[in-house]
Amino acid sequence: MIRRAMTDIVLVGPAALAVVLFIFLPVAVVFILAFTDYQVGASRADWIGFENFAALFGSRLGRNALINTLVYAAIVIPASVGFGLLVALGLHGLTPRMPRLSAVLRTIYFLPVAATLVAMAVSWQMLLHPSLGLMNSWISALGLSPQQWLSDRGLVLYTLAAIGVWQSIGYNMVLFLAGLAAIPATLYDAAAVDGAENGWTRFWTVTWPMLGPTTLFVLIVTAANAFRVFETVATMTQGGPAFASDTIVYSLYREGFVYFKAGYASAITVVFFLALLLLTALQVALIERRVHYR
Amino acid sequence: MTLELALDSVSKRFGDTLAVDAVSLALRAGEFVALLGASGCGKSTTLRLMAGLEAPSTGRVLLNGRDVTGDSAAARNIALMFQSYALYPHLSVYQNIAVPLRLRRLSAVGRLPGAGLVNSGVRLKLAEIDTQVRRVADILRLGLFLSRKPGQLSGGQQQRVALARALVREPSAFLLDEPLSNLDTQLRADTRDEIKALHRRTGYPFLLVTHDQSDALSMADRVAVMIDGRIVQQDTPEAIFRAPETREVAEFIGHHRMNVLPRGPAEVLHPAGSLLDLGVRPEDLCLAPDGPLEAIVVSRSFQGEETILRLRDRVGNDLRAVLRGAAPLPADGETVRLAATPGALHGFDAAGRRQEVGS
Repeated sequence: MIRRAMTDIVLVGPAALAVVLFIFLPVAVVFILAFTDYQVGASRADWIGFENFAALFGSRLGRNALINTLVYAAIVIPASVGFGLLVALGLHGLTPRMPRLSAVLRTIYFLPVAATLVAMAVSWQMLLHPSLGLMNSWISALGLSPQQWLSDRGLVLYTLAAIGVWQSIGYNMVLFLAGLAAIPATLYDAAAVDGAENGWTRFWTVTWPMLGPTTLFVLIVTAANAFRVFETVATMTQGGPAFASDTIVYSLYREGFVYFKAGYASAITVVFFLALLLLTALQVALIERRVHYR
Repeated sequence: MTLELALDSVSKRFGDTLAVDAVSLALRAGEFVALLGASGCGKSTTLRLMAGLEAPSTGRVLLNGRDVTGDSAAARNIALMFQSYALYPHLSVYQNIAVPLRLRRLSAVGRLPGAGLVNSGVRLKLAEIDTQVRRVADILRLGLFLSRKPGQLSGGQQQRVALARALVREPSAFLLDEPLSNLDTQLRADTRDEIKALHRRTGYPFLLVTHDQSDALSMADRVAVMIDGRIVQQDTPEAIFRAPETREVAEFIGHHRMNVLPRGPAEVLHPAGSLLDLGVRPEDLCLAPDGPLEAIVVSRSFQGEETILRLRDRVGNDLRAVLRGAAPLPADGETVRLAATPGALHGFDAAGRRQEVGS
């Protein structure tokens, strides 16, 4: 009995210790720091209550980062889930007829997921260059006026959102493809016999409900990634021009690691963490009831 | 007699394999037909061709004399019960049963949730659907489970839901794909009775696809035996068992595989054995002190009400005999003599066709 218990502790212990040491403890420290005015390197910190939070929600800059992130997520989540599903449906239908082409397209769509984002960001920067970039030469060829993709204050956030969509379609596509492959073919036969005459009706009778669990997972993952947007901002715009592409995680990086305001950065982290937690819990509670069938 | 649903020399080819080979099979009003064959013989494909889930490579499908070869499964209005039941896991039992009616009677807009609250036409149709769903649910004793999901039901209950979903819309024919193969022995017997009762009650033409000959023989008015994509014999269960048309059918039908003695050595049983292979069912072979056939007992298998003897005759043919009753059993290695009445002999010519054996 005691031997069993000891074995269990020995097996679980190291991993549990690491989790406590490297995850729970830092999180706790961040929660405490959020209520102080601690700066990196300072010898002391004062308890200032909710002042950091007031600064985040009260300042123009803090609200700007929050709103930018929400706008970015509001574009990226539906677009990358929707296009991911469309691409998956197309490739799933293509596979029996043209397996080679389907496999090639799959790889192409998945490349952005596999590639290093920072390297990709550099290529995007070249593509989007105002005078030398391919994007503007194509646009001019179509007779439209060239755009300052990354330095126009009204445009930069949408450019980043488009890149965010491009980057996550492949991942969502793979998840949806797996979900589609798991749908039993007899359900489509049953729907055909039951009177689902066209693909549209079959989609709503079988495909969409059977993809429920996959869609829930894809939504949660995509949402978490969209709210966490950082690399593209850091490498391509540094939040500019004039904070037009400043997002929560980028501002947290700037406050914490450029201005060394650890207390304020911790407050941002806490808000971000709680928001994500709430969002995920909400999604799970809302959708789980409707997608788990057993 | 009105023809209901018929395949007219239909073939189906998948790549290089001919899955269904010029099959003609008619399903008439009020009839219960069983399509019997070993797994992989093409019987499920035949059923899918009838239902409209596969398009024939050649041949026609006729519904009440009309050519429906090009029609979709939905347009043919044929009900199909799947071996896996194929219930929609996200819908309740009630919703599962209602699906065929909702898809047929309501437009895509009418199927939206809440459409019944807005549109009185939709409300009226929903009320009709409700009546029909509850009626068929009552027939199949599903009243208590209407709000459950299929995942919360036992196999037998799921099967009744599948039956209800197939029957709710008054189909032109009812096809059942291996309906009993997922059930345990007791439930099988009950479900057999239930399906037969449903057939009597509804009067729809039923087609049962099965690999189990006792299901086919006990339930159907007519059995079609399928071997390698061809229907080799169609007849009443009695005729299939008593007078198999070919050697293949003879060896396929029957709990114990028929003994077939090759022509020549078969002569000891009957003079016709000089020209014909002679088949005799193990049940028809009995121990007789002055029997014409001499054989050595190789092994015995006691199975309760019967004992199966494996024997070898003098020229090396393997034989089986089924002994019933309390007669003393011969020991292994003992030489016994066997006899069969001329009426129990089935003669087959070199092509495997049945030839009558005179008495």
